[in-house]
Amino acid sequence: MSKASGHMRTDLGKVRFRGAAGSGTAHFWQQRVTAVGIGLLAIPVLVIIVMLLGRNHAATVQILGAPLVAILMALFVIASAWHMKLGMQVIIEDYVHNEKLKLAAILANQFFSFAVGVVSLYAILKLTSGV
Amino acid sequence: MTSRIERPLSPHLQVYRWTLTMAMSVLHRATGAALYAGTILMAWGLLAAAAGPTGFATFKAFIGSWFGLLVLFGYTWALVYHLLSGIRHLIWDLGYGFGAQERFALSRLAAIGSVVLTLAIWVVGFAVGGVR
Ligand code: HEM
Repeated sequence: MSKASGHMRTDLGKVRFRGAAGSGTAHFWQQRVTAVGIGLLAIPVLVIIVMLLGRNHAATVQILGAPLVAILMALFVIASAWHMKLGMQVIIEDYVHNEKLKLAAILANQFFSFAVGVVSLYAILKLTSGV
Repeated sequence: MTSRIERPLSPHLQVYRWTLTMAMSVLHRATGAALYAGTILMAWGLLAAAAGPTGFATFKAFIGSWFGLLVLFGYTWALVYHLLSGIRHLIWDLGYGFGAQERFALSRLAAIGSVVLTLAIWVVGFAVGGVR
């Protein structure tokens, strides 16, 4: 980019392996890592959710507060929040072409996904100490 | 900023004949977006349980209604479908399964498997616990 930056690195050297998003394959890789994580957790988590159907508050708290259940749920919401942030960003980049709007949407998605993860994690921790 | 040059565009979705793999690809994105909403629903449920009996009652009234159960069943299917379809993606990422026959077989397996597995999860969930 700048011609006289005083560095020996060529323009090609600076962009190599980084791709159009400017961050190389990090996004792609993290999407895969989180996918495998959620994939391992999805079936047990779904069974837990169906098991909770129709139960009263006390029973629900007891199940969700059990150590193994709480840890599974916590791992699931962390991986999900990260994976859904990455996935929605790809969708935004595909369909939103106005640069400013795209930036706003990407930030909103990032913050919102993070908030969903933190809220869920807070609730799980609170449930483990009894409500 | 330089103005955009109007270049010819390549043909888009509407000109192609629909195929199973194409429908699966669209569905993978659609279920991904639906699961985004589902994760929000899960956050509400967890927060409601943590808030105490009153907050939980509101959530339970929603999720226990026919509409809520339908949403939850839909969430289950979306997650299982996206999971199996996602495994297909991971197989492709490793460089396998690109043959015409293989692509079709993988896609069909994921489509049928998602329905079977969803039903199995609900049966097991109800058998182990659930409403009685
Ligand atoms: C709460 C659970 C999940 C949510 C909210 C979610 C959400 C998303 C979203 C929004 C996308 C972007 C879709 C697109 O670019 O078309 C995506 C992509 C992807 N998801 Fe998920 N997902 C979840 C679970 C999973 C699981 C369990 C797997 C397991 C294998 C998985 C594998 C993938 C893969 C491989 C991609 C990239 C697809 C591509 O490159 O076209 N996801 N996900």
